[in-house]
Amino acid sequence: MDSTRVIYKRPFSLGILFLILILLATMPFYVQPYLVILLSSIFMYVIITLSWTIFSGPTRYISLASAAFFGVGVYTSAILGQALPLPVVIVIGGLVSFILALFIGLLTLRLRGMYFIIFTFGISELIRHFLLWWEANFTGTVGRWVVIVDNTTVYYVMLVIFIMALLTAYLIRRSRFGLALRSIGEYEEAATHIGINATVVKTTAFAISAFFMGLAGAIMATRWTYIDPRIAFDPLFSFMPVLMAIFGGTGQLYGPIFGAAIFAYLEEILITKFPYYYMLLFGTILIIVIMFLPHGLVGLVQKWRKGGSRR
Amino acid sequence: MRILEGKKVTKHFGGLAALHYVDFDIKQGEVVGLIGPNGAGKTTLFNLISGSLPTTAGEIRYKGKKITGLKPHQICKMGVARTFQSAQLFAGLTVFENALAASLFGKKRSISVPDAEREAMELLEFVELSPVSTMLAKDLPVANQKRLEVARALATKPELLLFDEVMAGLNPTEVAQVMELIIKIRNTGVTLFLIEHVMKAIMSICDRIIVLHHGEKIEEGTPQEIAASQKVVEVYLGE
Amino acid sequence: MFITFLDVVIGGLIMGGIYALIAVGLSLQYGVGRVLNVSHGEFIMLGAFATWSLYTVFGISPLVSLIICGPGLFLIGFLIHRTLFQYLRGTSESIGAFADSSLLASFGLLFIIQNLALLIWKADIRGLSYLNVPVSILGAIFEANRLIALLFAVGISLAFYIFLTRTRLGKAIRAAAEDPATAQVMGVNIRRVLAICFGLGALMAGFAGPLISMIYEMQPTMGLEYTIIAIIVVVLGGLGSITGSLIGGFILGLIGSVVTNFDPGLSLVAYYVIFILLLLVRPTGLLGKS
Repeated sequence: MDSTRVIYKRPFSLGILFLILILLATMPFYVQPYLVILLSSIFMYVIITLSWTIFSGPTRYISLASAAFFGVGVYTSAILGQALPLPVVIVIGGLVSFILALFIGLLTLRLRGMYFIIFTFGISELIRHFLLWWEANFTGTVGRWVVIVDNTTVYYVMLVIFIMALLTAYLIRRSRFGLALRSIGEYEEAATHIGINATVVKTTAFAISAFFMGLAGAIMATRWTYIDPRIAFDPLFSFMPVLMAIFGGTGQLYGPIFGAAIFAYLEEILITKFPYYYMLLFGTILIIVIMFLPHGLVGLVQKWRKGGSRR
Repeated sequence: MRILEGKKVTKHFGGLAALHYVDFDIKQGEVVGLIGPNGAGKTTLFNLISGSLPTTAGEIRYKGKKITGLKPHQICKMGVARTFQSAQLFAGLTVFENALAASLFGKKRSISVPDAEREAMELLEFVELSPVSTMLAKDLPVANQKRLEVARALATKPELLLFDEVMAGLNPTEVAQVMELIIKIRNTGVTLFLIEHVMKAIMSICDRIIVLHHGEKIEEGTPQEIAASQKVVEVYLGE
Repeated sequence: MFITFLDVVIGGLIMGGIYALIAVGLSLQYGVGRVLNVSHGEFIMLGAFATWSLYTVFGISPLVSLIICGPGLFLIGFLIHRTLFQYLRGTSESIGAFADSSLLASFGLLFIIQNLALLIWKADIRGLSYLNVPVSILGAIFEANRLIALLFAVGISLAFYIFLTRTRLGKAIRAAAEDPATAQVMGVNIRRVLAICFGLGALMAGFAGPLISMIYEMQPTMGLEYTIIAIIVVVLGGLGSITGSLIGGFILGLIGSVVTNFDPGLSLVAYYVIFILLLLVRPTGLLGKS
């Protein structure tokens, strides 16, 4: 489709991608259990960030509702985990998030800019506080226990979700739907004047992105064994994907993936080595990146490419 | 056949009446000009026709069907396209992608991607932009940006085209080129409704001219009639 | 019954006054500087904790701290804007890009300031007891510190209102807030005004902090909640209208007091519900322009 833009599909990259996937698929067999758990966490961030980028990347609507969609997945798992088999629970988690996103999208996608950002944050927080209040007053205890699932299964489920999200993101980018999204992001008013039904397009993308977050939430819940609204709907899940996507750069697909992977890994190291300083370091890195790498890692790579090669 | 009709079209912004009881009709195949001093309400009228803004009162019909209250993408698919005063291009997309998007989404029936790609290239050739098809829209000089806006509007296969000051900011050579383009378009059967300040151009290509002032239609007629009209002269000289 | 009513009203006015102050602060930073400063709450927290330290270590009264923290935080805010945000403003490709990058930078500030506070004061909940003496008015008993906080909160809000509406500088700031482009054309030194406005936002935080410390408990993680409340009040009052933020603050404070009276856990939920309804029904708020 994008015949005039160079998109990443030289056989060389495809081959490398394949190798990496095979590597990832066989990891649990020869790697320490700790690394499997770490990788699952990294996958979680990568999936949330990648999903976030599916909608917020091209349309430039910064959504802070990721915590809501992820949390809904977590809670679905907590509520249904005892009663239904794992795959069903995960899919339902994704679907509930999907529906929630449709609802939120139809309500709010006519808000622009700052209003949209604040509103999506407000919804996430509203759900969190409401559940806290509800659980305190009606269910007696705050929080729930979740069915335990072994780490290897969690890892493979995350891998599968990651591949699905990546495939979806790639297909959307190359399709007319992706062009519509980018047109909306460039100039929404003009986009509606060339026949794009902006409301439907935006809401659909928003819901697709929420679906994957819900899936991820549903499986990650089993890792935590005990969850409550503070854990499930932690605002950090709304902020992190934005930071990771900006750090990685939203122009290309690999940006959010690497951004999230590096950031997540950094967070792991920082939390374990400098438990008292990691927020400080994080904030400082963030400011430095914003100041000197405004297009993130992708921008850096593109600059290096332009400077290095003469085609 | 009347392709566009407006009855008592009115638009209020807060307490201000931007348009008041404006009636107009345009026959298929005509080239009609819309003139008036700044602030007369011309762009507002276009905004009402294209669906950007809702009317406060009055009705607009396209080919007999009521379009007031419809959304812009619906009106576009029915066959109305427009350009904007300040080019509303997809700046970060290439020239080709701009045209392609319009080609894909602007028509009633959806078309395949290869067909749309072909159409987009044809249109870029029609406006003489094919050499720069891979350039980003934001890197185009002003004159070419206008051409791209025109190409994008044409890609939606309209029967009625609204041009909002498409000649603004162009030098005389470029103005002449745009006039040629407009005639080319007119010869394909598209009806044109033009807002323009470049008087010479309007007078020479329009079949009819409508004059707005302070949101009201004060005169309507052929270029000769308008040039001779006392009312119009006062409005332009008096300001 | 009457006492409860009075209690709720006074509580509402105190909260309202504090909300008004922090909302005006945020409004100044966003309305003129176009920076949605999510670290605003952290400045408030700094003000509160600085007051605590000054009181417990040096015995300085929170009321005196108002004069220390206010201008102190003003200076810090001014400097941060002059360096960080003005750099971003200069290097951003568009207004939209600046809005995004300044938002993210303020997140960075949030993390940094909060972590610094956690390092200095640890994560414990702290409180001041200052002027906890009971006072009798009309036969009802109130705590002196609440009454004094009320006095100061309302007083500072009123003073600021007068400053904004009656003085030349105040009117210039309001004009710049409502229409920065025109203000610049009219010769206002926009860069200095921007930095001053950002600093004034921090000044408000510097006033709110000590007042909060007098009545409520504090934790280094308290900042975000106040930032969110400030955002809600700003939207309630209308983006771009500073007087709207003042009025909105008192309205929300009174609502909060009423809701807290019935069920303390619901106050934030109530705020969010109001907020969401507002965004859906009347995003321009009470006094904002359509």
